[in-house]
Amino acid sequence: MPITGDAFPRAGWAGDSCYVIEFGDVIDEEINARAVAFAAHARMSAPDWVVEVVPTYRSVAVYVDSFRAERDVVAETAARWLRQYSVTGREEQVPFGIPVCYGGDFGPDLASVAAHAGIDEDEVVRLHTGQVYLVYMLGFTPGFPYLGGMNPKLETPRLDEPRVAIPAGSVGIAGKQTGIYPVESPGGWRLIGRTPLTLFDPFRDPPVLLEAGMRLRFTSIDGDRFRRIQEGKETWPQ
Amino acid sequence: MAAMKMTVVKPGLFTTIQDLGRWGHQAIGMPVAGAMDWFALRVGNMIVGNPEDAAGLECTLSGPKLHFQGSGILAVAGADLQPRLNGEAAPMWRCFKVHDGDSLSFAGPVGKGCRSYICFGGGLDVPVVMGSRSTYVRAAVGGLHGRPLKPGDVLETGKEQPLVERTVGFAPSFEDIYAVEDVRTLSVIEGPQIHMFPRESFERFCAQIYEIGPNADRMGYRLEGPTIEHKAGADIVSDAIPPGSVQVPGHGKPIIMLADRQTTGGYAKIATVITADVPAAGRMGPGDKVSFKAVGLQEAVVRLKELARRLRDIRIQAADYRSRPRPVSSAPLKRPDKGSMIVTVEGEKHRVDWETL
Repeated sequence: MPITGDAFPRAGWAGDSCYVIEFGDVIDEEINARAVAFAAHARMSAPDWVVEVVPTYRSVAVYVDSFRAERDVVAETAARWLRQYSVTGREEQVPFGIPVCYGGDFGPDLASVAAHAGIDEDEVVRLHTGQVYLVYMLGFTPGFPYLGGMNPKLETPRLDEPRVAIPAGSVGIAGKQTGIYPVESPGGWRLIGRTPLTLFDPFRDPPVLLEAGMRLRFTSIDGDRFRRIQEGKETWPQ
Repeated sequence: MAAMKMTVVKPGLFTTIQDLGRWGHQAIGMPVAGAMDWFALRVGNMIVGNPEDAAGLECTLSGPKLHFQGSGILAVAGADLQPRLNGEAAPMWRCFKVHDGDSLSFAGPVGKGCRSYICFGGGLDVPVVMGSRSTYVRAAVGGLHGRPLKPGDVLETGKEQPLVERTVGFAPSFEDIYAVEDVRTLSVIEGPQIHMFPRESFERFCAQIYEIGPNADRMGYRLEGPTIEHKAGADIVSDAIPPGSVQVPGHGKPIIMLADRQTTGGYAKIATVITADVPAAGRMGPGDKVSFKAVGLQEAVVRLKELARRLRDIRIQAADYRSRPRPVSSAPLKRPDKGSMIVTVEGEKHRVDWETL
């Protein structure tokens, strides 16, 4: 079902087992705050036919038990949640530092991002490390943070042909978005660098390093420091 | 009955431990994984008397060669990859017993699908990671060390064995609606971003025959065929990707997103395969042909109810089979067709010969 309508929030089916409530169609902190708050409310009051509730940048996906959920009841329940939920303020926090070794083999698309922006590679690094980012959501792969707050000069479209394998720790740009690949996976983001930190470890508690709502900042490091952190000879954060 | 062990002699092309998936963690970006053809896994588990969500082996094109230590029961369900027990043809969709020293192997696909499931009585005993035994290879989570099987691996079934003697031989009668056809038609409903495509794109998408390209794995299948144009760009602000989503990146080639799909993604989605047809998609592989048929939400729900009925029917057959009276000995009861007996009438004994006429 297409999710259409002029006014947000709006809702509709993505397939027959996933009901999606959209709070907007742009990357925006307030819209995201609504999605996160709605998801929290939905989880708290979920009937047993709800399999899970997944907040994203600007929408919430409610996965339902295919065999048990009555579709009309799902829509009615979501409408009720929309009337009930409320957004609470996000408190200020010290940004979490992410060390990144930019360019070279770690960032094969740094040049194309620089060319697209009409600036040199050092300027891309300066702009990328100069912002405080909000973790809007985790998605795509375990622990993958979708970050908001990138300098608009760095906006670059995704690759038309996604890569088959992108190494863990790669830092990329796609459109208005920047993020980090926690595990090796295919993807169409332009890669500008790599972090030595392990963003996802199923045997660590918690398995993910970042969570939705956190603030973070990138710090440029050289190859030697990358190896020292990766080999555990230098702890991070210091 | 004790747990059965098995050694992996040959791992097969891509054999992983899967159950019905790791639901509940998509909010931290953990893909669901689980059996691609969950209909076959459910039925296979029912055949051996397991709960439907027990973990089994998902085999791809060439199955593994397994050597058993101890005895147990198993069933092979899904695409016919020609199972062999000690070199002899073994049945599909039927519970059979294996003994100490037996080996199970596969002769290869017969061209009707590429994924098959080996379900063992008691399921496979590997640690539950984040609520599931399913292998998600890209993050090395679940299954056996988060990876496909390797030669020398040792697997063990669960200790809770079903009623072995009452389950052996069970083969449900049902129509395998997911058998791969020359051109498999998958029903789809319009995708959440259908407004990002020109109006005629969806009809054109449904009118074409696509071939599953070489980039086809548990994450998704890239389809080869006519490209699909967008109105203005393929990118969206990333949102959730339900199973069966058909997304169209900038290159215009549609991709069906399946078990190992990422939880969220930024390509416009033109359609969603209905849940009842996702197992059919999951059994297919490179070179298979597929077309799409537009249906509404109501029909999708009707198809789901049919699927639920099918599963319930097999569940009833399984319960019925196990509750049938059985001879105590494992040898079949043979009723004689003639004999003699002594009959006492008014204190006098008479010998009577009888026979079945």
